[in-house]
Amino acid sequence: MPLTILYIGRDAEITTVMHRLLNERPEWTGLTVCNDDEAVSICKKQQLDLVLLGNGINAECEATLRQKLTSIRPGLKIIQHYGGGSGLLYGEIMSAIN
Amino acid sequence: MSQFILHKENTRGHANHGWLNAHHSFSFANYYNPERMHFGVLRVLNDDSIDGGMGFGSHPHDNMEIITIPLAGAIAHKDSMGNAAVIKNGEIQVMSAGTGVSHSEFNANADEQLNLLQIWLFPNKKNVTPRYDQMALDVEARHNNFQQILSPNADDAGVWIHQDAWFSLGKFDEGFETEYKIKKAGNGVYAFVINGEVTIDGQTLSKRDGLGIWDTDKVSFKANSADAEVLLMDLPMEL
Repeated sequence: MPLTILYIGRDAEITTVMHRLLNERPEWTGLTVCNDDEAVSICKKQQLDLVLLGNGINAECEATLRQKLTSIRPGLKIIQHYGGGSGLLYGEIMSAIN
Repeated sequence: MSQFILHKENTRGHANHGWLNAHHSFSFANYYNPERMHFGVLRVLNDDSIDGGMGFGSHPHDNMEIITIPLAGAIAHKDSMGNAAVIKNGEIQVMSAGTGVSHSEFNANADEQLNLLQIWLFPNKKNVTPRYDQMALDVEARHNNFQQILSPNADDAGVWIHQDAWFSLGKFDEGFETEYKIKKAGNGVYAFVINGEVTIDGQTLSKRDGLGIWDTDKVSFKANSADAEVLLMDLPMEL
């Protein structure tokens, strides 16, 4: 069963790249959004294994997102994604799930 | 008492894509080693050899300080901020990816191999406005000297970045000895041997070996060969 990973970022181009990267591995299913309300809505509707916080999310939005997502799904792993592409992604996800 | 971690050249991650022969000192792309995730804020140290005319098409980055040092050949760079430049051996390029930037990097020459170091540091501030800079360095100034090539300060020697890090390059005669004083309390030093053989704090290092040292305020250095060339990265240990 693939891991379901939600990426939240503000840059449309990076979000598109992240969607492609997260869905090109059979062991991952990637969902990507630029909007925090949409992220919360997805979290309510389906099981998530991991949330990646991408670029442009300020500290206040990050705190709100973390609070809302973990109140829906306690224990949900939420990590920062750095770099905006493939370089660090695999290591970040492997570290988070292991 | 100082602590250290040694990364021998042959323990690095390796990916040969034909046109790109890459060695990774830390986990990168499909190379994942949980014990090689970072040294302080140093997250990526890639040693890439790129065939003539080949390279990386446009791709995005965010929230990373990306430093590129060509060791041989030249890179043609273009980015979404409107920069188009060639960076050659003897120069340094820096890009603060911040809120997001796209760029392409190609070997600028069709008939010459490009070898570069690409270094990514976690920034000390997220979501900064993206910026780009490059600088020609006075290569002679690093003879038997650790020449500062990067700092956190716009008015200091070398390029600057959003991190309390200082990089120095040195090229040394055999037998030359010196000491490097760490610039900021709490910082560590990651030494990467570009060429030759050196001894740093009692550890003998060969070409492309890396040594991280922390819990100290200085490191001793000796060149053991005539062509010894070293990059020192003085950087925060706390993420």
